Amino acid sequence: MGPARDSFLFEIVFCHLSKDPSCDSVRFINLSFIPVELNWLSFSLTAFFWIFAFINAALISVLMLIWGERRLIGKFQARLGPNRWGPLGLFTPIADAIKVMFKEDVEPTLSDKLIYVLAPILMVVPVFMIFPVIPYGAKSFLTNISVGVVFVLAITSINSLSVLMAGWASGNRFAIIGGIRAVAMLLSYEIPMGISAAGVVIIAGSLSLSEVVESQIIPNVIFQPLGFIVFLVASTAELNRSPFDITEAESELVAGYMTDYSSMKFGLFYLGEFMATIASSAVIVTFYLSGWRGPSFLPIPGEFWFFAKWIGVIAIFIWFRATFPRLRIDQIMSLAWKGLFELSLINILVIALTMAIWPDPTSNQLIIMTGINWVVFLGSIYIFGKILSPNLTGNKIDKRNVVYGLD
Amino acid sequence: MFGIGLLKGLFTTLKNLFGPVFTVQYPNKKVGLLGALKFHKKTPTNFIKTQPKDFVKSLAGLHEVPEYPDQASRFRGQDFNWFEDRCTGCASCAKYCPLGIIKIETKPSTRDAKEGSSYDIDVFDIDIGRCMFCGLCVEACPFDALHMGSGFERANEKRKGLVIPVDELRTAIKTPSTWFRPQMENKNYRPKEDDSEIKDYRDIGRHEKPSDDELTERWVNER
Repeated sequence: MGPARDSFLFEIVFCHLSKDPSCDSVRFINLSFIPVELNWLSFSLTAFFWIFAFINAALISVLMLIWGERRLIGKFQARLGPNRWGPLGLFTPIADAIKVMFKEDVEPTLSDKLIYVLAPILMVVPVFMIFPVIPYGAKSFLTNISVGVVFVLAITSINSLSVLMAGWASGNRFAIIGGIRAVAMLLSYEIPMGISAAGVVIIAGSLSLSEVVESQIIPNVIFQPLGFIVFLVASTAELNRSPFDITEAESELVAGYMTDYSSMKFGLFYLGEFMATIASSAVIVTFYLSGWRGPSFLPIPGEFWFFAKWIGVIAIFIWFRATFPRLRIDQIMSLAWKGLFELSLINILVIALTMAIWPDPTSNQLIIMTGINWVVFLGSIYIFGKILSPNLTGNKIDKRNVVYGLD
Repeated sequence: MFGIGLLKGLFTTLKNLFGPVFTVQYPNKKVGLLGALKFHKKTPTNFIKTQPKDFVKSLAGLHEVPEYPDQASRFRGQDFNWFEDRCTGCASCAKYCPLGIIKIETKPSTRDAKEGSSYDIDVFDIDIGRCMFCGLCVEACPFDALHMGSGFERANEKRKGLVIPVDELRTAIKTPSTWFRPQMENKNYRPKEDDSEIKDYRDIGRHEKPSDDELTERWVNER
């Protein structure tokens, strides 16, 4: 019970339930009715309240994201997007959800029934677990676990298992090929993602997400731009979003591992993907955009800054989707292994070296380190661009690289 | 340098984000309070008094106002505009029609004996279900009585409904297309604008229909 009481969110509900004298100062209204001996009950009730609140908030934000994404992509393409159902088309995702629920739930004869049902659930449930560990404000978090960074990276990588399960269980050659392709891509991008996150951890000196935020006197996006770019691209790939949506590739393939899924099972994949976008944006805000920290001279709570940055990062993902055409599978793999992997290694090397020279940097030394990072960033991007662009943009494909490609 | 092309692409879509939207929300669009006031050209207090329901709806952004796409003035619509006062019942249109879909029945005019001047029209049906909108009937009309229309909302569930009967032609709001009517284009007439309805047959043509006296002079007295 002790560590949980650090959290403002937990404390405020707990103190309005329990008569515990230690939280007299927190109460706004004296409505608490559970005696101190039953603190375990108020503890559980608080937990259930926040579980309920977070899950519903996540689901509603997915609805909002579906609407916002379609509206924004419309604006990016000089059209309106959904606008008929409700003000500004706000009820369109609700209509979509109802439609998905009432569709026929098809289960292929050759499918592996248990895994077939488990896969979409495994896509959604882990994503719910990311939200509670993220610090939304200085004290607004549900739990501050000491290995937050590792936890987040581990939880986000479960979805590749779900993709493989879905592909396998469908008993369908398109699904298994699509699933394997997707898993190859997801695993490849996990490596640069993890290594660039290590750069953040080196600066923070801790794996706790709260300390990652508090350590960012200069936001990491300015301090280590190379790590940010690698992390952003890698998480775009992790989310199966355009331009890395080779797993679905709706205009050229059948839907990959989702081929045989229909009705709410398909809806769960969809939900999981969008919720992962939201969660991943929150992680990027925490890692690289200094979380709830804002300009300290403005009397605005940290939660506001966090949510503003959060929406900004989601908008960037939508912007990417509206702009970039899809990459081929061999281009995706060569970008991961020949580009981002080395770039993330360079990033971690430079940061480790500068931290070794100035273990406890003053603000002047921080500015010098930022300068070094920017020089390395521009230089390495230039050099890797020179090396990689014939592979990525030219018509000449090195046949030896086409390992996973079907085309 | 690698990445410049990506930034260029991002900038292009960003320009679109703040640029104009090309969607036309035909037949109506939902507007908020500002849009409703702009459309109805009313002050807020006046708007509340006259249309309280619409005011509440517009607060939620649900008030519907019609929106039409821009339309060329020579657009040949699905309806025809016919000015009975100009028509002599010569049936040129019916004769020129390549498909023979204009059906005219006339009887001699009941007015004074103005031989050769005019017939009264009993039936003037145009079957637009078979019409190809070539406009030969309009070209053929010697008195500019028949015009292509400017409307496009005449879809129907039954074939019979696609026949424009004479009564509809008589009573319809007349916003003719300027197709093959250069004199109207010279007047800068735009069919689908406010008060573009033509109420007087004399506004339409290049020459006026001769009066009965003139006809008597020309056809009776001169011979």
